[in-house]
Amino acid sequence: MAEAETLNAPEVGGAVQRTFGEPVLTLENIGLGFGGVKAIDGVSFEVRRGEIMAIIGPNGAGKSSMLNCINGFYKPQVGTITFKGRTMPAMDPHFAASNGIARTFQNIALFRGMSTLDNLMTGRVLKMKRGFFWQALHWGPAQKEELENRAYVEHVIDFLEIQAIRRTPVGRLPYGLQKRVELGRALAMEPEILLLDEPMAGMNVEEKQDMSRFILEVNEEFGTTIVLIEHDMGVVMDISDHVVVLDYGRKIADGTPDEVRANQQVIDAYLGVSHD
Amino acid sequence: MSELWFFFEVLLSGMFAGTMYSLVALGFVLIFKASGVFNFAQGTMVLFAALCFVGFLEMGLPMVVAALIAIAIMVAWAFTVERLVLRHLVNQEPIILFMATIGVSFFLEGFGEFIWGGDVHPLNVGIPDDAWFVGPDGAMMIQQFDLSAAVIAGLLVTVLALFFHYTRIGRALRAVADDHQAALSVGIPLNQIWVIVWSVAGFVALVAGIIWGSRLGVQFSLSIVALKALPVLILGGFTSVPGAIVGGLIIGAGEKLAEIYIGPFFGGAIEEWFAYVLAMFFLLFRPQGLFGERIIERV
Ligand SMILES: Nc1ncnc2c1ncn2[C@@H]1O[C@H](COP(=O)(O)OP(=O)(O)O)[C@@H](O)[C@H]1O
Ligand SMILES: [Mg+2]
Repeated sequence: MAEAETLNAPEVGGAVQRTFGEPVLTLENIGLGFGGVKAIDGVSFEVRRGEIMAIIGPNGAGKSSMLNCINGFYKPQVGTITFKGRTMPAMDPHFAASNGIARTFQNIALFRGMSTLDNLMTGRVLKMKRGFFWQALHWGPAQKEELENRAYVEHVIDFLEIQAIRRTPVGRLPYGLQKRVELGRALAMEPEILLLDEPMAGMNVEEKQDMSRFILEVNEEFGTTIVLIEHDMGVVMDISDHVVVLDYGRKIADGTPDEVRANQQVIDAYLGVSHD
Repeated sequence: MSELWFFFEVLLSGMFAGTMYSLVALGFVLIFKASGVFNFAQGTMVLFAALCFVGFLEMGLPMVVAALIAIAIMVAWAFTVERLVLRHLVNQEPIILFMATIGVSFFLEGFGEFIWGGDVHPLNVGIPDDAWFVGPDGAMMIQQFDLSAAVIAGLLVTVLALFFHYTRIGRALRAVADDHQAALSVGIPLNQIWVIVWSVAGFVALVAGIIWGSRLGVQFSLSIVALKALPVLILGGFTSVPGAIVGGLIIGAGEKLAEIYIGPFFGGAIEEWFAYVLAMFFLLFRPQGLFGERIIERV
C-alpha cells in the first residue's frame, strides 16, 4: 500500500496534505470494451472517504467510461466494484443513486424544458418516502414532504448563488450556468460521492474559480467525496488530494498531485497533447 | 355567402373529427416520449378498452362502475406489459421494441376477441346526437355529437396537462422524457414510469374508444381507424403533445375539406388516403414535424 502511505504523508511545502480514512469505493481490474475498442483495460484504484480525486488523461483515455462504470451506466466485462460493503461485477444505476452516488455529465444532461427549481427538485425523488404512486395525491403528508424537500433545494440554490434563475427554463441559460444547475441537481441528492465529468470545460477563468470554490466548499462542509474529470492542470493540482492518470484505457499513474506531476510516463503521455 | 358558411361547417366538423385522431395520437406520444417506444398496440388498446367498457355495460353494470373497472384493467395491462415485455428489452434497439409492440398488439386483439367475442356492440353513453343550426337562416350545421366529443377531448388534454405540470409524477415523467440518462442518475425508477405512462395511455385509449365506439359501434375495425394517428404523428412530431393535438385538427379538417372540394376530381373517396398525402407533403418541409425538435444528425 505505497500509495496510501504517500497519500497520508505530509506534503513538503505547498498546501498541507490531508489524511483520509477507509476507501468508500474500490475498483478492481476494471475492463470495458466496445466491439473492438478497449475503453478501459485492467484499471484498479481506490477512492477514500472525504477526498477530492481527479481522473485525468488525454481525450479518449477512458475517463468518462470510468465514471459511467461507477454509476452503473456501463457494465464492465471484467473486474469488480466494491461499494457499501458489496463487491459487484457491475453497478446498477438505481442502486448507485439510492446509495448516495450523484453525478454530472460531460455533455450537460439537464431537463431542458423545466425550470432550475424543477430540475433541482428531481434530485429529491429518492428522498420522498411516500410511494411514487401515492404522490399523485397532491395533498396531506405528500404535500408536507414536498415542502420539506423544497426547503432543502432552496438551500442548494442559495449555496450555488442561482436565486435569480430559479424560475428560468434551463434550456435558455448560458452554458456556464447550466453546468452550475447540473451541479445543483446532483447536490440536491445529498450525495456521499459526487462524480463530476469535466465540470469546468468551456468555462472562462472566473466561472472556473467559482466552480472550484463550490467543489471545495461542498467537500469541506458536507464531507462529500468527490471524483472529478478535468483537463485544466492548474485546477487539478490546486484542488485535488489524489490523482489517477489514464492513457489508452490503462492507468499510468496514481498518487498525489506532486507525484503525478513528476511521473515520467505522465509527462510523455501529455507531450504534444494540447489541453486547454 | 352560404358558400362560406358551408366551408366553415365542413372545416369545423373536420376539426371535431380530428380531435379523435388527436386523442389516439396523444397516447402514442406519451409512450414515445417516456420510453422511446413506438407503441403499435395503441390502436388495439383503444379497441380493447372500449370492448371492456361496453362488455361490462351489457352485463348491467352502471356506467361509472364499468368505466372504473375498464380503467383498472388498462392499469393491469400496463403492469403486465412492463413486467413481461419492456423490462426484458431495456437498452435494445428501438426497432426491436417496435416489433415487440406489434406482437403485443396481436395478442391483445386476440385476447379481446377471446373474451368479448367478435360482434359489433352498439354503444350509447348519452352523448347528444342532434344538429344545431347557427348563422343567418341556420346556414351552418353543427353536430352536437362532434362538439361534445371535442369538449371531452379538450377536458382530457387539460387534465393531463395539469397532471404533468403540477404533480411530482408529472415532473418525473417530464424528466424522463427530456433525458433518460439524467433521470436514471437521480434515481427516478424507470420501470414505474413506464407503468404510469402505459396506464395513462390506456386511460386515453378508453376515452377515445368510448367516443369512437359511440359513433361507429364498438367493433374490431376501431383498431384500424386508430392508424389514422400515424399521419397525425408525422405532422405533429412524435414527441410533441401540442403537435399531436394540432396535427389531429389539421388532418381532420384537411380530410373533410379535401373530400368536399377536391374529391369530385378524383371520383370521391379520397378521405381514406388524403391524410397520408398531406403528411408526406408536410414531411418534405419539416421532417421533424410541426413542433418536434429539430433532428440533429450525430457524427
Ligand atoms: N457508448 C460507447 N460506445 C462505443 N464506444 C464508446 C462508448 N463510450 C466510450 N466509447 C469509446 O471508449 C473510449 C473512451 O471514451 P471516453 O471514456 O469517453 O474517454 P474520455 O472521457 O477519457 O475522453 C473512446 O475510444 C470512445 O470512443
Ligand atoms: Mg470524457
